[in-house]
Amino acid sequence: MAEYWDKKIECAPLYEIRALQSFRLSQTIRRVYENVPHYRNKMDEAGVKPEDIVSTKDLYKLPFTYKQDLRDTYPYGLFAVGMDKVVRLHASSGTTGKQIVVGYTEKDIEIWKECCARAFIAYGCTKNDFMHISYGYGLFTGGLGVHYGAEHVGMTVIPVSVGNTNRQITIIKDFGSTVLCATPSYVLHLAETMEDMGFTKDDINLRIGVLGAEPWTEEMRVQIQEKLGIRAYDIYGLSEIIGPGVAYECSEQTGMHINEDHFIAEIIDPDTGEVLPDGVQGELVFTCITKEAFPLIRYRTRDIAVLKREKCSCGRTFIKMMKPAGRSDDMLIIRGVNVFPSQIESVLLQLGNTSPHYQLIVDRVNNTDILEVQVEISHEMFSDTVKSIEQQENIIKSAVESILGISATIKLVEPKSLQRFEGKAVRVIDKRRIK
Amino acid sequence: MLIKQISIFVENKPGRLSSVTKILKENGIDIKALSIADTKDFGILRLIVNDTEKAVSALKNADCTVTQTDVIAIGVEDKPGGLYDIMNLLNQNGIGVEYMYAFVSKPTENIAYVILRVEDNEKTISVLNENNIKLLTSIDVKEA
Repeated sequence: MAEYWDKKIECAPLYEIRALQSFRLSQTIRRVYENVPHYRNKMDEAGVKPEDIVSTKDLYKLPFTYKQDLRDTYPYGLFAVGMDKVVRLHASSGTTGKQIVVGYTEKDIEIWKECCARAFIAYGCTKNDFMHISYGYGLFTGGLGVHYGAEHVGMTVIPVSVGNTNRQITIIKDFGSTVLCATPSYVLHLAETMEDMGFTKDDINLRIGVLGAEPWTEEMRVQIQEKLGIRAYDIYGLSEIIGPGVAYECSEQTGMHINEDHFIAEIIDPDTGEVLPDGVQGELVFTCITKEAFPLIRYRTRDIAVLKREKCSCGRTFIKMMKPAGRSDDMLIIRGVNVFPSQIESVLLQLGNTSPHYQLIVDRVNNTDILEVQVEISHEMFSDTVKSIEQQENIIKSAVESILGISATIKLVEPKSLQRFEGKAVRVIDKRRIK
Repeated sequence: MLIKQISIFVENKPGRLSSVTKILKENGIDIKALSIADTKDFGILRLIVNDTEKAVSALKNADCTVTQTDVIAIGVEDKPGGLYDIMNLLNQNGIGVEYMYAFVSKPTENIAYVILRVEDNEKTISVLNENNIKLLTSIDVKEA
């Protein structure tokens, strides 16, 4: 079994990676300055010329690109090639505001395939595997992105897309799927439905999970691995940068190696924009250095993470990003306290008998923020007496309050009643923004 | 001597009782007795039905949260003080009642049927037996 897809680059010494990055960065900056008026204007305003950018050390001089820049230039304003070179478009789901459009040249698609292939080989996939893809196909980058990568490896791809959970389980059983690619919340839902249908992990051949597109916790990983008898690996990506495959875990499962020959990662202080040293938590910023159609420069991802460059037992030298702690977009400030939805998820999974399907509802009543946590009730916590259900609510309430440090009301709701969008769980409803 | 009761978690929102009872209708389930415990946010619908297994699997398939509990069904003389006699008996024996509810009975019998949910079923049954209180079997309940 091959351990690497491209050992030469994945295990390259740091000085080689830096040299490659510096060269590609300076070329990319020159290209966007010439071809994209929006970047040219922003660089001119900041007083930076393409010739000022000769190495990765000069990165900090460049202005950030925000999601708002993508909206302002909608749909094609940030494209760096003519549309005759663009072979594919994708668009973000538009859950928060106006959708954004990204484009790919033929070479960009090749890069994307390579990035995903590296990930799958790191997870231990081989061309003998059957990859069941439950990511949505369509404008969402998830489905098609991993699909091309899996074919590139030579796996047998089963493009199931989202929905019809019972049918998905039948396919997993009958087609002999060995690799499952889906959002972690959907995988848990699949596992639960499988139990309801009377199947166990012994009835299926799944051995590897490729999970991403939403933040998830270590506790959730443990649960998924136990329930399905698989090793669950994180895959990171965002449409703006390329889609899934920006970073991937290795057998260590202790962070995701970033494909540094294509993307330069930085961690910055989200408030000041100052670049932070490795090991410090902050906002992830990416610069694309090989993409032709849509090379974003210093893009603010809003994902809160930590970068660590350390010797990895897998032999890869690519820098590792620790699982995002949440998005600075998702981060709620409730009565002055920072709250990440992932904290609630950890609490629910630690309690054991609750389902990890939850939603935070924040509102403002009489100028005071109030937090309600809705949790889907599980069979294990349900009982025929009000007293014992209220006891369960109180256990969740004190656990939530002790981790957040603010009071919250707990509301138990019926299973599968919380909103899910294209398989992605909707974790926060902030009514304060609507008012 | 014990009767199976089904409890269903029902959120307080319009249409929920209607959709739960629709599932029962579509599966030909006959409800023999029912009660609802309600709180601000949710209710617990408790049912005694003619075919417990079928009802539970139909409800679970429809993603309802369901649990089964053993309860006691007794026949109470339909006269003033009939229920008091039994409550007093339970009280004197230190048996606490979690909840109880009455259900249909044959008009010819002059007996009211009552479902009892207690902490200790065994002890309750022996106290009731010693005092010649009529305990209903699941067959009695199905035929009621």
